[in-house]
Amino acid sequence: MSFIIDYYNYWIVVFLMMAGFYIVISANNLVKKVVGLNIFQTSVFMMYISIGKVTNGSAPIVAEGITTYSNPLPHVLILTAIVVGVATTAVGLALIVRIKRAYGTVEENEFKDKDDLI
Amino acid sequence: MFEQHLLVLPIVLPLIAAPICILLMKSHLAWVFATIISGLSFFISVDLLFATLEQGVLNYAVGGWESPWGIELRIDAASAIVLSVVTGISTLVLVYAKESIAKEIDSSRHTLFYSAHLLCLTGLSGILITGDAFNLFVFLEISSLSTYTLVSLASDKRCLTAAFRYLVMGTIGATFILIGVGMMYMKTGTLNMLDLANRIAEYDGNRTINTGLAFILVGVSIKLALFPLHMWLPPAYTHAPSAVSAFLASTATKVAVYVMIRFIFTIYGAEYVFFTMDMDIILMVLAIVAIFKCSFMATVQSNIKTVLAYSSVAQIGYMILGISLVSSTGLMAGLLHVFNHALMKGALFMAVGAVFYRIGSVDIKAFQGLGKQMPLTMAAFAIAGLSIIGVPLTAGFVSKWYLVTAAIEQQHWIVAFLVLIGSLLAVVYIGRILEAAYFKKPSELTEGKTIKEAPILMLIPMWILVIANIYFGIDTSLSVTAADTAAQWLTQSIPEPFVSIPSVVTEETIK
Amino acid sequence: MNIWSALEPSLLINLTIIVPLIGAALVVLLGKYPNLRETASILIAIILFTLVLSITDNVFNQVEMATTWVTLLPGLDIAFSVEPLGVVFALVASFLWIITTIYAIGYMRGHNEDNQTRFFCCFALSISTVMAICFSDNLLTLFIFYELLTLSTYPLVTHAGTEDAKRGGRVYLGILLSTSIAFLLFAILGTWVSAGTLQFTPGGVFSDAQSDGLLALLLVLFCYGIGKAALMPFHRWLPAAMVAPTPVSSLLHAVAVVKAGVFSILKVIIYIFGIDNLSEIATTDVMLYIATATVLFSSCVAMTKDNLKARLAYSTVSQLSYIVVGALLASSVAAAGATFHIVTHAVGKITLFFCAGAIMVAAHKKNVSEMAGLGRKMPITMAAFAIGALSIIGLPPMAGTWSKWYLIVGALETDKLIIVAVLTISSLLNVAYLLPIPIKAFFHAIKPNSANQQSTNQPLQPWSWSETKEAPLPSLIAIGITSTACVVLFFYPQPILDLINLIPGVSTSVKGQS
Repeated sequence: MSFIIDYYNYWIVVFLMMAGFYIVISANNLVKKVVGLNIFQTSVFMMYISIGKVTNGSAPIVAEGITTYSNPLPHVLILTAIVVGVATTAVGLALIVRIKRAYGTVEENEFKDKDDLI
Repeated sequence: MFEQHLLVLPIVLPLIAAPICILLMKSHLAWVFATIISGLSFFISVDLLFATLEQGVLNYAVGGWESPWGIELRIDAASAIVLSVVTGISTLVLVYAKESIAKEIDSSRHTLFYSAHLLCLTGLSGILITGDAFNLFVFLEISSLSTYTLVSLASDKRCLTAAFRYLVMGTIGATFILIGVGMMYMKTGTLNMLDLANRIAEYDGNRTINTGLAFILVGVSIKLALFPLHMWLPPAYTHAPSAVSAFLASTATKVAVYVMIRFIFTIYGAEYVFFTMDMDIILMVLAIVAIFKCSFMATVQSNIKTVLAYSSVAQIGYMILGISLVSSTGLMAGLLHVFNHALMKGALFMAVGAVFYRIGSVDIKAFQGLGKQMPLTMAAFAIAGLSIIGVPLTAGFVSKWYLVTAAIEQQHWIVAFLVLIGSLLAVVYIGRILEAAYFKKPSELTEGKTIKEAPILMLIPMWILVIANIYFGIDTSLSVTAADTAAQWLTQSIPEPFVSIPSVVTEETIK
Repeated sequence: MNIWSALEPSLLINLTIIVPLIGAALVVLLGKYPNLRETASILIAIILFTLVLSITDNVFNQVEMATTWVTLLPGLDIAFSVEPLGVVFALVASFLWIITTIYAIGYMRGHNEDNQTRFFCCFALSISTVMAICFSDNLLTLFIFYELLTLSTYPLVTHAGTEDAKRGGRVYLGILLSTSIAFLLFAILGTWVSAGTLQFTPGGVFSDAQSDGLLALLLVLFCYGIGKAALMPFHRWLPAAMVAPTPVSSLLHAVAVVKAGVFSILKVIIYIFGIDNLSEIATTDVMLYIATATVLFSSCVAMTKDNLKARLAYSTVSQLSYIVVGALLASSVAAAGATFHIVTHAVGKITLFFCAGAIMVAAHKKNVSEMAGLGRKMPITMAAFAIGALSIIGLPPMAGTWSKWYLIVGALETDKLIIVAVLTISSLLNVAYLLPIPIKAFFHAIKPNSANQQSTNQPLQPWSWSETKEAPLPSLIAIGITSTACVVLFFYPQPILDLINLIPGVSTSVKGQS
């Protein structure tokens, strides 16, 4: 039991990750795929953020009387990763807009019938 | 040291130039500008290559923050070879692109093409130069994102679905790498590659480290299209504009192979990956299956770009096979093949692009009878094709030679034999195209039309690569020395009995 | 004899490779002037032969000749050096090139072939690669030019451009490339890794420490990897390649290509394994019996073939295996016989092919069954055919006698009586499939309906018995020279035998009983 409680942050991460992954694989709608991809990425961001937490640590701002800080580096890292994630979403959505224009649909099975992608 | 400051230029130059390309508005201005920038990066990289061959490693602390606190840029022989290939091919492709994209990309998007190309170059150079694991992820995504846009620029609408599939797969791969890096950081608290290497050695067999390795290897395998994670590659290369296919096929996957080498040999250490985790056998089996399955797939396609795409996946199998042999000769063969394959695939895709330029199709029917109508293009295709097969006096022979030598040295006789059988499949898929070009009557696509030779701006870069194929097949001193130096340096962590006998035979053994 | 003595000896090797290349360039340049083009071809061929003669002279005077072109990989050069075995092959190939060029002029013009410039150009290219094979100093050089020979002869095989020719060309390229890549390259790499060198060294390169299994495997790989030696079951390319024009078949498939194959096997056995070590390798006997089986089987197949060129092709397969048998017997006399057989079979078989081509040009006949009575119309050709056939069979006073003699002596010396028996039976089979042709031609009456039968096969070429005359003069000259050579080599084999005796480990004198 303590195995579950002690590591609850990882359980959340794993759950989100698998949920996102499942959506990417199973969704037929391309927008839903991008949403799934976002959930998938977000789970990783959460993992990074949660590992930066130090027990009893305060926010990493220098203040008097505080000796334990949480690790700020993962937050900084994940800021970059979020930017990357947003850019990916933007490119993905832009592609979907063009796919909609070219094929008239964003449902994967519908345009798959129209041309045989290798 | 002046070279140390040169180190940052291959990243910064194209990064700054990319937005300027869009501001230039005119297609040909952007072309001239991008080509010059890429050419400059190439000269800097060659300079860096020679510098690393002389001095070993060069490093640069970004912003003056010393490693392991700041982001460190470092370049050794392995990264310098790949960097020279990437920037060199990029320059040639840009020269080639002017005519090629005129036919394949809408004219309003030309400046965007050059901009995305330079961004991709930034990302690829960044991956090669950085000494920081997280930074590597960022550059990987810079290059990947610009690659997705590059693929989607073609006028054929199927490029969109191909690009989307590439985006989904690529993002999953990148996220996997991010997870892996996170797990390493969780345990070690550092992101600098050398620092990581030292600290990982202390956590021998820790579960978090193991899981991190698994995530990273799978993520990188998606990026480098290792069988069976290669499904995104054939559609992407088939439907992308020819100039983009030529650039990606000869650089993007190569850089991913480099990333794999870096993670295995520098960060985790070959001993841990191969002897504790037994990754060598997994990689070896996947590589051999890739060689056979994808070479076979290449023999049955009618779209020539798809043939070349499947051939790329098979050739990546050869590189991974080299890595999985766990010896300096094997790694050297893998690195050498990274270099040589870039030369051949670049030339092949350029030749196919030239055919598309004149005929508007890349079906095998379009190639029928082309030997007489586009003699220079087809001769280039033939020579580069022979290099893929591994005919002596071409670059392909040299890397196959070392690969088989490495396999025999490690007593993997069957693997050695399979590599040679695999090249017979290359005989089939290249032979089919050459037979169509030289021995078949023109098909209905080209019948009765007079087809001119490709424009000179397409022929020059194509033939530079072809000549390089022959040159590096005959005078191997530069490529072999560089690959050997890099491999020796990377395999220091392999324990004694597994380091193969030196590949250079000394005078005494002959006498 | 040594008219090039003013030149640096080592330069001669480069010249033998470069001169035919210059010839190829000249042929292309003079493509529009057939007379000049052909004159250039013959002149170049003669120059090449004199160069090889000078090299021969130097070999007798024990002048060292070697040259290195480039270092391909560390420790591996593209290098050339002269040793007697290569000189024997170079002499044969360069001499017969002159004759074949003369013959080809008559044949190609008589047949009104297209693309004659491409033909003569590729011809010269392939001779250049043959010269490089002759003088190669290590296995890598040999391999490279072996592959180049395959590639440069491919346009010759498919010269006719018909569907048949393409199919033949595909088989030709397919078998030769795949055996060489899958087996030969593998064997070379195995040798490189285990012995550390690919240099041809008298007595072999392997040390005693090599495991027996490895050597056994390598021997099999070499024998099958050198697909040009046409050891069964990889012999199919040779009959397939017979779609080529006859001059190609005669030079390339009686001399250059197939002999490059058996020459490579001899060279590997003498200079990589070492004749003395051969008997200790487990698979030597296996390969030996495969070769003898090839001798027998292909002789039998030859008897069933009605197409004259196909019959000659299977005869070639069988004769090549004689040489392989000689090489594998692990006896110095047998190796000498094998080397000499390269010479005698070359002159004998080329005569036969020349005759087959002459019959095709003059009488438009391809099949043996249609040749009854032809001897009265083409007496010179058929007489030469008889001489060539006798030489292949090995009857005195023809050159083939000597090589068979040494082969059988070698087999006796190693106490392999089965081989002796097979060689004898095979000679009888040779009699059975070769001699009926001249006998039919001279002594049988003309079949009245054969003319009609022919016209249905080839409606485009009207032909009648009454108009049949001898082959074109250049062809006749060529046939005359080679058939004379068959006889001359019987009476004066000594110069060649002297050369063969210079090969380390090979000797025509039988060792005394001990």
